[in-house]
Amino acid sequence: MFFPWLPVERLRLTRGHLFADNAGVPFAIVEKVKGALRLYAVDQEAARLGIERDMTLADARARVPRLDAYEYTPHDDHLWLERLADGCARYTPWVMLDAPDGLVLDVTGCTHLFGGEAQLCDDVTARFERLGVVTRHALAANPDAARALARYHSVGASEDEAVRRLPVAALGLDEEATTALKRAGLKTIGDVATRQLSAIAARFGTDAATQVRRIMGEADSPLTPRLVRQPLSVERRFAEPVAKTAFALTILGELAGEAMAVLEQRHEGGRRFEARFFRTDGLVQRLSVETGQPSRDIDAVMRLFRERIDALSDPIDPGFGFDLIRLGIPVAERLDAAQLKLEGGTVAEAELTQLIDRLSTRLGRNRVRRFAPRDRHLPEQAELMLPAMEPAPADTWSTPEQGEPPLRPIHLFDPPQPIDPVVSVPPDGPPRQFRWRRTLHEIARVEGPERIAPPWWTSRQAPTRDYYRVEDRRGRRFWIFRRGLYDEIEKPEWFIHGVFA
Amino acid sequence: MPESSASLSRLRRRVARIEGVRVSGGPARFATGHAAIDAWLGGGLARGRLHEVMADDSEDAGSLSGFAAMLALRIHARKPLLWLRTEAAERRAGKLYASGLGEIGLHGGDLILGLLGDDAALLKAANDAARCAGLGALIVESWGEPRLLDLTATRRLMLAAEASGVTVLLLRGEAHESPSVADTRWRVASAPSAALADGTAQGAPGHPAFDIELLRRRAGPAGRQWRVEWNREQCSFQPPERPALPGLVLPVAAG
Repeated sequence: MFFPWLPVERLRLTRGHLFADNAGVPFAIVEKVKGALRLYAVDQEAARLGIERDMTLADARARVPRLDAYEYTPHDDHLWLERLADGCARYTPWVMLDAPDGLVLDVTGCTHLFGGEAQLCDDVTARFERLGVVTRHALAANPDAARALARYHSVGASEDEAVRRLPVAALGLDEEATTALKRAGLKTIGDVATRQLSAIAARFGTDAATQVRRIMGEADSPLTPRLVRQPLSVERRFAEPVAKTAFALTILGELAGEAMAVLEQRHEGGRRFEARFFRTDGLVQRLSVETGQPSRDIDAVMRLFRERIDALSDPIDPGFGFDLIRLGIPVAERLDAAQLKLEGGTVAEAELTQLIDRLSTRLGRNRVRRFAPRDRHLPEQAELMLPAMEPAPADTWSTPEQGEPPLRPIHLFDPPQPIDPVVSVPPDGPPRQFRWRRTLHEIARVEGPERIAPPWWTSRQAPTRDYYRVEDRRGRRFWIFRRGLYDEIEKPEWFIHGVFA
Repeated sequence: MPESSASLSRLRRRVARIEGVRVSGGPARFATGHAAIDAWLGGGLARGRLHEVMADDSEDAGSLSGFAAMLALRIHARKPLLWLRTEAAERRAGKLYASGLGEIGLHGGDLILGLLGDDAALLKAANDAARCAGLGALIVESWGEPRLLDLTATRRLMLAAEASGVTVLLLRGEAHESPSVADTRWRVASAPSAALADGTAQGAPGHPAFDIELLRRRAGPAGRQWRVEWNREQCSFQPPERPALPGLVLPVAAG
């Protein structure tokens, strides 16, 4: 399947606001090539006016002065193609991207579900048309032939004949090889295929020979489907589209029930759950939730889905309704039936993991953290904050020495905040007083220095730090440091790095 | 007036029943370890309730967090502690530093940090977390005067805490006293520590010390002040071992 207008349609459908008040104005998507702005794609209106791709923008504007231009964003186009590919998952699990503007669907064994090949094609075309996307498609015995036939129109009594009539450009070789083939008088694939392939390979490169063999169905083409088959997936189709999100969620709950029953037989629990709502117009709404521990708890998973929906910036838009809802469990892990402790120990632990899951789903997994120690000298690098959903790291916290007061602050400023020592500082100690956040602190007690040198093996040599624990007259305890020794740096600066309890 | 006190206690029981509080025995309590405070509170602070800790000044942030973490340690020494705070709090008071919390006895692996975008999210998360019996304690850190944190919000937190048995510590930095249903309300400020001898005249900063004031208490008189010191090895509050060095501050009468 080939989308001849993919970049312009993408822009029109995802950035509708751009075209709100200048509908019908021709536009093009431009790409910067060697310093000149060239057209990468043009819309139908511009094409009708004779604008073609690869023109420079200046030439095109000379012909059609009101031509609008937008920047080429390959990444957005790719994402859009992936969304379209997701929408095609309703026809077959084997959907491959044919970047930048095509999809290959392996419909072997799937056509009877739609009443035959022709009906399936009609359904695809109609669905994309409703969305506002023009498609060209072709069916063939092998993916390369189908791809070539979709892009380069050709007719023939049989598939083989049609393929043979295709121009050599349909081989998809690089420009040099294509021109060379044309110069040699080989205009169609049929011309090339009748020659000895060893000769073709010798003269035009092995790629040319391989491609011909593939397109004629003599060699296998590697297929890399976009989706690996999910370990478990349950779905429900509707004769009448479902337009209410609440009802769709009820159905999702029932699907979750079915999936959990299967998981229980397999002694597994899901770690990630993916719900997909297929809209009648071909778009797909995806929601996915994760749990910290493998889970078979339907209520807990549905609560997570509700949290996820609540957290969406714009609510799920059913459009004209959903006609297929699918729940996939891409990640599942072993989970044996748990025996409940009499005093409720397991229950309490499970409650905690559920709480972490819920908060992580609502706020994002990086907002709920656990601390892990790290063997580093610099205080700000001495610990990591990991998402709490991930399994707890190995416990290597050091235990403080008996009878020592706390040597590390409980709040750390990252980056450290500069302080103003106010009066001159004795060279071997901390300032007698300093100003921080517009308050003057008079130091009553000091301990230090604790010298912490940055790792010398890193290329950028940072100055050594001398840390002091200080207490001011009101009893506030701070951790301050001087950045740089006096012989290292002309005028070392002072910072506050943390506060003690 | 024996009969009026009997009818008063009947009335109290009726009100308590309406409020859904267990009448017999009262809530379980946890002691602070400081004998005078525990005696004053009748055995310690109530578990499964909401307690407020206030600090007047942003420079007391360390004492506020430290005191709360120490109370949480008194509640459950080795159960998960969930600490909820906003990003604004992190900017104002600094990041929580697990190595430093470890130095007052809180095990780094027991701490879970929830970082929220705003006060509304903070309260929502706090309400969910207070229902989770798997937690040892819940610390909710708020700075300034969030409009949302009113009587209703604290009542909701209190009900959740009573249902699950999780003790909730609500930290209020730079806030004025506002109506709340909290069981107790404390004000905490840093106090000069008992200096450790290190050969100098002043000595080195010692163990964490605070001036705490019981501002309000639901079930009895309040208005007392104590100076306490934290003992990490015994995981307990105690009166300062030695008086602070003379001449620096006026000593506060230890209660």
